[in-house]
Amino acid sequence: MNKFWIILSHTFMSRFKTKSFLISTLLTLALIVGLANIQTINDTFSGEDEADKIAVIDETNTLFTPLKQGTEQMNDMMELVQVTGTEEAAKDKVKDGEYAGLVTLSYNNDGIPQAVYYANTITQSGHQSVIQQQLQQIKVTIATQEAGIDQAALVDIQSPVSFEKVALDETAKTDEELNQARGIVYIMLFLLYISVITYGMMIAQDVANEKSSRVMELLISSASPVTHMFAKIIGIALLGLAQVSIFVGVGYALISSKKDELTGGIFEFFGLQDTSPSVYIYAVVFFILGYLLYATMAAMLGSLVSRVEEVQQFMTPMVFLVMIAFFIAMFGLDSPQSTFVTISSFIPFFTPMIMFMRIGMLDIPTWEIALSLGILIVTILILATIGARIYRGGVLMYGKSGSLKDIKKALALSKKD
Amino acid sequence: MTLVLNNVTKKFGTHTAVDNLSLEIPEKEMYGFLGGNGAGKTTTFRMILGLLDQTEGSITWNGDTIGYNKSHLIGYLPEERGLYPKLKVRDQLIYLGKLRGMTKQDALTELKHWLDRFKVPEYLDQKVEELSKGNQQKIQFISAVIHKPKLLILDEPFSGLDPINVEMLKDAVIDLKENGTSIVFSSHRMEHVEELCRHLCILHKGRQVVQGDLRDIKRAFGKKNLVIHAEDSLEFLQNYPGVVHYKSVAEGCELQIENESVSQSIFADLHNKGFIRKFDLEEPSLNDIFIEKVGASYE
Repeated sequence: MNKFWIILSHTFMSRFKTKSFLISTLLTLALIVGLANIQTINDTFSGEDEADKIAVIDETNTLFTPLKQGTEQMNDMMELVQVTGTEEAAKDKVKDGEYAGLVTLSYNNDGIPQAVYYANTITQSGHQSVIQQQLQQIKVTIATQEAGIDQAALVDIQSPVSFEKVALDETAKTDEELNQARGIVYIMLFLLYISVITYGMMIAQDVANEKSSRVMELLISSASPVTHMFAKIIGIALLGLAQVSIFVGVGYALISSKKDELTGGIFEFFGLQDTSPSVYIYAVVFFILGYLLYATMAAMLGSLVSRVEEVQQFMTPMVFLVMIAFFIAMFGLDSPQSTFVTISSFIPFFTPMIMFMRIGMLDIPTWEIALSLGILIVTILILATIGARIYRGGVLMYGKSGSLKDIKKALALSKKD
Repeated sequence: MTLVLNNVTKKFGTHTAVDNLSLEIPEKEMYGFLGGNGAGKTTTFRMILGLLDQTEGSITWNGDTIGYNKSHLIGYLPEERGLYPKLKVRDQLIYLGKLRGMTKQDALTELKHWLDRFKVPEYLDQKVEELSKGNQQKIQFISAVIHKPKLLILDEPFSGLDPINVEMLKDAVIDLKENGTSIVFSSHRMEHVEELCRHLCILHKGRQVVQGDLRDIKRAFGKKNLVIHAEDSLEFLQNYPGVVHYKSVAEGCELQIENESVSQSIFADLHNKGFIRKFDLEEPSLNDIFIEKVGASYE
């Protein structure tokens, strides 16, 4: 046990002290601070902008006022200005940049409003559609008036129907709850995805480093390869934990300091306000098990590599597994009840993501959760046992390594005959 | 603390790397392991250390199997040298020392002592990758002995060193032996083994072809070397009865002869061969024995 801690703390410290760790931590922190202040940043940049002026030549003399009102109400970054004079003169002013665009308003033969929008480029689709919408509304008003329908009737016609969704199953999640769950599931999936790939890669690289520098033989003559492997896995896990704690700590501090600004906004979107505690507990459980599963795989794959450059190549199958799990889970967010998703939630390599997603989105019977957890834990144990044996043989294997066939060779090396 | 290997066999699939090896390595002795490339030396060491399991047979040290609970008593210098290239010598050896059961303070004290002994105290805070290969090897050697092991396994300890450093390390090895460490040591440099070891074995293709006390081995070998420097041609000796090998050198010839008595008849036949400047009957060198024993099984 003592050696376990020595290796663990060495793994932790030697990674912790590297420049790349420092830089990646700082960059992520900068990102978090940036996100927390996004409102302020946005305001700073957009605050000084003046509203875009759009020239209007109104041949009808009646349309300009309602159009200006409607448009400026919808978008306060637009200002409509009525101009007199020729169309050509106005167009020149648009070219000079005095106006962002030019709208000419007229009636067609049937007395229906029509407009032409001129601008230097027509990429600013926001402006165009606002004007188009407003004009459409004016048209509807005029048309209904002409048809003799009074305003009250019009309001009735246009009012939306009431449409409420109610789940009959009492334990099923309400629409509101689902939206919240989606947020936390989304965050957890993303976090697991990134952690597994980042920290898995770190483990494999560490193992490959020690192997290629040949210090490995010395290490495993001092401590058993199994101790070594798990000390590495847990050491990197603690490193990840330290890193994530820094992020969460800083994030939390920022949030507390500007709670008022942020309530609603992003938080409501991610559903972090009133998710039930059990979802958080499951998040932690599935996160830890998912990490252990993939970390064991990474250590095993790392032990087969002779040169650091080959790590990437050997990790590819694992990265694919993680990606597949992630994409199925993403798909499952929209249709968590599909058979495909249900089945894949019991495949141990996908369980951490997909079963958690189902728990978040649906009301899963306890036995299903227990079963998937059982399968997952057994798989981790099997993988750890085989992994430890492959590791034991793998670390002594040098020379041309190229394929996963080396697994067989490594197993043979650690066997008695 | 005797190390006993009893009928140890190691197979990798169909290939037999070590074949029925039995030997006894007495306490406080330096034991030489000779053998060409692929003879099974490293595999044997790895089995002694428990890195590989033997297919058959047993390996015991003082009656017990060797497990990780004894790793603080065992030192190992692997043939493939390996240290963390980016780590400072200090951090590196404190880590490796701790893994061998030392405290940080002890490891540092010992490390400084060894660096002084090797006349390189300034390496303490340098990264290993900045050192020359020979100096890296000194650090590697320190990593094997820093915890004062009772059993020390040195796989090719002197390869790649200049003669001065070889002497320095050899002295260190002899001191360790004198202080009670049992040392197992492999080499293809016969003169090193001859100089350092009383007991040895020669491995060839996993089989042990010679084993025992160096003097007994030489005596049992029987053949002797004879060096003659003379003025006249000595070519008649090429087909002389009892001469096994004939090698002409600038000043005369070097012979390997069946046994001592052949030298006497040669001596008698040299009376009319001009001025004899040298007539020297020598013990066979380990080199001769190695070539003969290993060569014989090639045929």
